Amino acid sequence: MAISANKIKFREPQIEMAHGAGGIASRRLVEGLFAPLLFGAASGPLGDAAHIQLNGTRIAVTTDSFVVKPLRFPGGSIGELAINGTVNDLAVSGARAEAMVVTFVLEAGLPTDVLEAEVRAMALAAEQADVRIAGGDTKVVEHGKADNMYITTTGIGRVIPGVSVRPDSVRPGDHILLSGPIGDHGVTILLARGELDMEAEIQSDTRSVFPLVESLVESAGTGVRWMRDPTRGGVATSLNELARDCGLAIALFEQTIPVRDPVRGACELLGLDPLHIANEGQFLAVVAPEQAGRALEALRSTPGGAEARIIGEVREQPPACVFVTTSYGGARLVDMLVGDPLPRIC
Amino acid sequence: MKYVDEFREPELISKAGEEIRRLADRTRHYRIMEVCGGHTHAIYRFGLKDLLPSNVELIHGPGCPVCVLPMGRIDDGLSVTANPDSIFAAFGDMMRVPGTHGSPLEYKARGMDVRIVYSPSDALKLARMNPEKQVMFFAIGFETTAPSTALTILRAKLEGIRNFSVFCNHVTIIPAIRAILDSPDMRLDGFVGPGHVSTVIGCRPYEWIAQDERKPVVVSGFEPLDILQSIVMLLRQLRRGEAKVENQYKRVVPWDGNRAALRAMAEVFELRPYFEWRGLGFISQSALKIRPAYAEWDAEQRFAVPGVRVTDPKAAQCGEVLKGVLKPSQCKLFGRECTPETPIGALMVSSEGSCAAHYNYQHHKPVTIANAVAL
Amino acid sequence: MCLAIPGRIVALGADSHNQAVVEVVGVRRKVDLGLLQEESIQPGDWVLIHVGFAMSKISESEAADQMRTLAILGESEAAIQEIRGYGLEDEKYSSNERGAGS
Repeated sequence: MAISANKIKFREPQIEMAHGAGGIASRRLVEGLFAPLLFGAASGPLGDAAHIQLNGTRIAVTTDSFVVKPLRFPGGSIGELAINGTVNDLAVSGARAEAMVVTFVLEAGLPTDVLEAEVRAMALAAEQADVRIAGGDTKVVEHGKADNMYITTTGIGRVIPGVSVRPDSVRPGDHILLSGPIGDHGVTILLARGELDMEAEIQSDTRSVFPLVESLVESAGTGVRWMRDPTRGGVATSLNELARDCGLAIALFEQTIPVRDPVRGACELLGLDPLHIANEGQFLAVVAPEQAGRALEALRSTPGGAEARIIGEVREQPPACVFVTTSYGGARLVDMLVGDPLPRIC
Repeated sequence: MKYVDEFREPELISKAGEEIRRLADRTRHYRIMEVCGGHTHAIYRFGLKDLLPSNVELIHGPGCPVCVLPMGRIDDGLSVTANPDSIFAAFGDMMRVPGTHGSPLEYKARGMDVRIVYSPSDALKLARMNPEKQVMFFAIGFETTAPSTALTILRAKLEGIRNFSVFCNHVTIIPAIRAILDSPDMRLDGFVGPGHVSTVIGCRPYEWIAQDERKPVVVSGFEPLDILQSIVMLLRQLRRGEAKVENQYKRVVPWDGNRAALRAMAEVFELRPYFEWRGLGFISQSALKIRPAYAEWDAEQRFAVPGVRVTDPKAAQCGEVLKGVLKPSQCKLFGRECTPETPIGALMVSSEGSCAAHYNYQHHKPVTIANAVAL
Repeated sequence: MCLAIPGRIVALGADSHNQAVVEVVGVRRKVDLGLLQEESIQPGDWVLIHVGFAMSKISESEAADQMRTLAILGESEAAIQEIRGYGLEDEKYSSNERGAGS
């Protein structure tokens, strides 16, 4: 799906919160304003990372910014998200993260020990992910202008030889693999904000998924057609992007989608759908049917992959749609959300 | 999840579907209205329409308290945020509903203090914790929710919390059903009754529908088996030519309702002489307002609200869709100018509004069971 | 208007303010029992929760009854007539005893 050079299609008069939520509005901004002006006519569908040929080596590069409230939450903090998020974006593009640079935008008045705690968390996460933090930049802005801190990480990595993940390689009959239970991170953040007065044994799933990706690629090779980490907007958004990019249908089987009990309980109470909730330690992969079984086994026997499942398959019809089927034959469409999922009482 | 999973048991659901197909008289076309937005949402979420024969049609009713709220009321509620000392608190359902100058979330993005609460008691807690602020709770909901608002106001009075008020938009279900039945375009065979409203008002308030209008009513729960069983019960009555009120949701709904809840409502609220329902027009005795004895906690007494009436664009056919006369996809704006992202009418904003449910779960291309059978 | 979820009472509030803690598959929240003052609610009871208030005490026996009815759906019309319509009357039938799922 090439993007016409220089033709701006983004017509909205101002930027709204929804444009950063990772769903439909975000996509409109990126495809309608950034892509035509920055990426030019040669670019294809937008992925998690860009691949560049440098002297015969394929290098992946990606960047991401992290804005989280509260800064610390069960299972992690903004620092870990910043490292793992970028490692994961590289991983699902088929690359091993080698090095990273970090930018801090700090709010004047931020206590030093808060910053130190995050920097320590980042150092630890980088060590666990085996990625080098090579440098960075810091800016300080006035009180009230940065919500404590914003962190941006830019990572580069080497693409695993032989890996080529693109939406147009997806075929009907391909299987959809998911690395583990969904909804943990988003629900953790929602509860950690304290506004809902709910407690649960849930924590963020933030981690590097590279070891799992590596396992998958080793076992399935070119059978791996596409990968993505379902962060903001959840599995629903990632798969809808795929469906639109490849023009095919994605059928999910509800009873196979792993969701931890407390996440399910919180979602039922708040009227949320786990498919729309952010994850920070999972990834989706589309794998050719011949390799899918082996791929699943490989994931399951890798530490951290025990809960991997095949959750659906690619079909011809209806085009560019994602839907969920129940075990009794009912079906519903799953669309991208407009903004962040909101609790409801009705 | 207990009391949930067993009512989602796939084999029993299939069985119930078969029984419906067996009971539905092939020479008839059944039009059954599910009144409550929660039922609309459940039907789409569980793909229940795929289990029904084509001659059993479910019509979505007006029981969506967000959908029936006129835009002017949202403007009125949000006008309070102009005061820098104010906190506007509402359920998540309200957050994206557009007022003339934006939705509550958009007000929040512009810097106003807007908070999502799960419970009216959370809004009261905000008042307790922020004594220098004025907390206004934007209350919506039918009789399911009104008693909780009432108890919260009673607690505010008991604790002497003065910086708390309620902007009351509670509405009652019976006048809405009457408006549907009075509508000349309507032909309905029966009703799936609102199960959670009935935990408060009981089953008696529907008796006139059976006795006077000769339409069966089955008060239903919200799990797939509840809804399917209710349809079975309706079809049985229709086959026998009966018209009774039945309670399918017996594990939760008492026939006489919840006396404590009704008492709390009667203590704090009185009926407004009339109230405008978006899409349905003015309906008398259909909405609640806070009694003078509790005026101190009534936002409409405490703040000067503009009280402007905002009419919907003529092209929007919300009223007809609300009454079940039109299907969402039959409205000229559906899926074009009016989408969940750019909602023209509230039926598209609320996740249980029939237009949003149809758009999000079915699109204009329904996914048929032939395409969607699980492995 | 209608999102209400069954939850189990795990603790009662110490004071007289009708507070309790309810649990839904591991998620805990305070609920107000003010609408169920006329019932006796004990830890272990199941209630229907809506906007942080308990609306109704869930009847285990009615739920079990319903499951039994659903289990025999589609069996002969005669059997259905004998049972007389899904527990409208108070009679409980003894045929086809089958435990309700839990």
